[in-house]
Amino acid sequence: MTPQSTFMIIADIANGQLGPLRALLESMNREPGMVDPDNPLFPFARFGRLHVARFLILQALLEDELTTLPDAPPRLLFLGDYDGPADSFIAEMAVLAGPQLRHIFGHCADFIGEPESLVNWMQRHDVKPAANYINWIGRTVTQVHEEEALHRALSGELRRIVQDIGRDDSRAIRQQLLSFVERETAAGHLTLTPPAPTPVEWWLKNRLHKYGVPLLLLLLSPLFLLLSPYLILRLRTLESRDPELVGRPPREHLQELSALEDQDVTNPFSAYGEVKPQAFRRHAVRFFLWLLDYSARHVYNRGYLTRVQTIHFARWVMLDDNRRLLFASNYDGSLESYMDDFINKVAWGLNLVFSNGAGYPSTRWLIKDGAEQEQKFKYFLKRRALPTQVWYKAYPGLTAFDLARNSRIRKGVQVRQDSDAEIRQWLAQIQA
Amino acid sequence: MSGPGSAEYSDIQALARFGHGGLKEALFLLLEIADPAAAGDWLNNAPVSSAEWTTPAPETALQVAFTVDGLRALGLDEAMLDGFSEAFIAGMAAEPSRSRRLGDVAHNDPSHWHWGGGPDSVPHLLLMLYARTGQLEARKATLQEDLFNRAFRTVAELPTADHGDREPFGFVDGISQPAIDWERRQTTDLHRRDRYSNLLSLGELLLGYPNEYGQYTRRPLVDPLSDPAARLLPTAEEQPELHDLGRNGSYLVMRQLHQDVAGFWRFVDHQADGDLQQRERLASRMVGRQRDGTPLVAHTTQAIEGIEESGRQADLNQFDFAEDPHGHQCPIGAHIRRSNPRTGDFPPGVTGLLSRLKRIFGFGRRFPDDDLIASTRFHRLLRRGRVYGAPLTPEQALETDASDEPRGLHFICLVANISRQFEFVQNAWTMGCKFAGLPNESDPLLGNRQSLADGQPTDHFSQPDPQGPSRDTQGLPPFITVQGGAYFFMPGIRALRYLAGRAAAKDDSA
Repeated sequence: MTPQSTFMIIADIANGQLGPLRALLESMNREPGMVDPDNPLFPFARFGRLHVARFLILQALLEDELTTLPDAPPRLLFLGDYDGPADSFIAEMAVLAGPQLRHIFGHCADFIGEPESLVNWMQRHDVKPAANYINWIGRTVTQVHEEEALHRALSGELRRIVQDIGRDDSRAIRQQLLSFVERETAAGHLTLTPPAPTPVEWWLKNRLHKYGVPLLLLLLSPLFLLLSPYLILRLRTLESRDPELVGRPPREHLQELSALEDQDVTNPFSAYGEVKPQAFRRHAVRFFLWLLDYSARHVYNRGYLTRVQTIHFARWVMLDDNRRLLFASNYDGSLESYMDDFINKVAWGLNLVFSNGAGYPSTRWLIKDGAEQEQKFKYFLKRRALPTQVWYKAYPGLTAFDLARNSRIRKGVQVRQDSDAEIRQWLAQIQA
Repeated sequence: MSGPGSAEYSDIQALARFGHGGLKEALFLLLEIADPAAAGDWLNNAPVSSAEWTTPAPETALQVAFTVDGLRALGLDEAMLDGFSEAFIAGMAAEPSRSRRLGDVAHNDPSHWHWGGGPDSVPHLLLMLYARTGQLEARKATLQEDLFNRAFRTVAELPTADHGDREPFGFVDGISQPAIDWERRQTTDLHRRDRYSNLLSLGELLLGYPNEYGQYTRRPLVDPLSDPAARLLPTAEEQPELHDLGRNGSYLVMRQLHQDVAGFWRFVDHQADGDLQQRERLASRMVGRQRDGTPLVAHTTQAIEGIEESGRQADLNQFDFAEDPHGHQCPIGAHIRRSNPRTGDFPPGVTGLLSRLKRIFGFGRRFPDDDLIASTRFHRLLRRGRVYGAPLTPEQALETDASDEPRGLHFICLVANISRQFEFVQNAWTMGCKFAGLPNESDPLLGNRQSLADGQPTDHFSQPDPQGPSRDTQGLPPFITVQGGAYFFMPGIRALRYLAGRAAAKDDSA
């Protein structure tokens, strides 16, 4: 299995460079919200291991009457998710798109150019997420493309077979489909690359993490128990006092966001805001992100994050000494349906993390209310949302559910079902 | 002021409560305000029908609703307008991103619309006239006297037709409507509804009342200290020091949908190789009901909240899709299943605390796709549309010289939240090419057949089959063309008088 990794390069934008950089990033798009994957500035499509990536200008766009921090300078973010262990991708980018990246990062304050190697500079500016979600750990870009090609080929063939022999004999249909795949594979029209061996080091680390974290929690639990009266009191006091910032954002802001949305079945979402000023909140958000990261790594790595099945990749990044939080995700459907999914399916989970963000709709007992206040929550989220200047996804037109279905179809090609019912279930998933 | 426990029928426009089914004739007038003072005068005395029950039933009815431009023309300032929903202020057709979400692209692009598509063709108000058969003309004449003609200029007159209870393709329509909790018996908190419920909080239809989340939808509230005339308005329930311009009002979404009836039946007939039974079967599968309204799935044994347990409504409406998860009886992509998937807050099978917890954490899915559709109760529409054009039976439609005169539906729905209700249903459910995990197909009736970003076509319709391979119909042409549309606000009756007063005052100060 090939694990997935992330990168996120962040750097302050140099004085006076914000405008030119914005224009430069815009030039990668065919139209607003729709990147040209082969654009000369950063040819995303050249990177066969890259799932999703985005360039984002990070800056607070709206008046924030709750702010307790000095203004951060506008920053450039370049982030993405790719196949393979975390090591070589930054170097690969430097090799395949060095001059282009130098040109882009040349708009940043501390980019010195030639004297330092690009790889070193990018690695120095690479920030790890506090929590990271991958829809399906181990599913590679190659696999996505191969399985989509398989599905399309099977789809056409199934139609032909049904015309030929009808739909009653599911075993015969399957047999013909399997022979078809064999022929197509032999002829080189279809490829089903077997999974690569799991890197040993990654596997070991993952195992250690899987069992180490619960052990640590178990060891710490007496301490939590001891502290719990204080923690609960503190939480309830803060919850009764924390101010909300949930007014509707200005229309220009909403228009700027929506102008970029719904060019594909998948959309990027970027949001950025301050953590509430108390140390309690900073620790709480770290703690819950740590739990979230754990469950994403070891539990929710097979197509769903609790009840939500529409997120491809998502990350939560703490910035500025845990005082600001960035959330960046790639989700299927429109923003309205994404937010409704949040509210109706995982309001409790959102509350755990985001209620530590300044201005969040008030919560009770950490998980109650909050996002359940639908309109307030949507306004809060949109207030903190940022337009994503450039966004790339290696497989437009495909939802996370499509990818999972394609994998099930592929599995059915390689592992024969026993019962007629299973065969029919498999056939039913192929678009006829 | 009446407390929680009753809706104020005398302050609500009748259309929110009644479809005026007994008044077979209807005419929709799209108007521009030529003279605000005259318009104010006229509106102040207009015999707008209220939702009170009267015996005998009225012979005629009149309803009125405004676009944001209309409210502006009446003298509402931007600060006040800002209380309305973002979608309403922006309008249905003004932003390409909204058109993209609504599917209003290509042949449905607002630039082709007969009305509402460009800044110059968005009306200010919509007057809806209803009358018993034969009385509409007279009714219209009494309304359009001198003052009316001074006040308004007509943008478009949209006549309607009486096809009985059928829509132009020939199917019984308007069966599935949400029941509204007029007496406000439901709790106002975020009440859980594990299973499908057809009973909606008043706040899903009218502004000023708690919605299904137990929250008051944003709307303009006025401080009477700064605007004494606002004392005319009802007070805001959750902020009694303010007066509520939204209370008892509703957003009215209107879209003129041209239906290619001949094209529809010819396509279906061609697919069926001229076989009458096959033709009916495919057509009913696309719709999700037979032409007489009979649903394709069996009745539920358990009663559904908000659906009567006996009579015609029960026959046609007492069902959900819990027993047909794969769409073998009613295809997942059928029109009525998309527009009202009848899901609850949880997928079927949640019975106790343990199974609920399991589902909350995302475990225990019986099929890969059994939790993909949002909970229906947050996305319901109260439909009040009327058809137009001469009826055309399938048999007539198949004749080569079938008339292609304009016919279709003036789709109208009432909602309290345009984006969460109408736009969500339109975008995620009917136009959505990935609805419920379907592979690249949009609504068989409404779909615009545009390809996806990767070039995959969406012009097909799949019928899952217990034998395995689904039955796929390909090459569906568009059967619907959008020819007009706008977002309106249908105010409560006191709010209407207040607006009329604003218009008069605007003129005084001018």
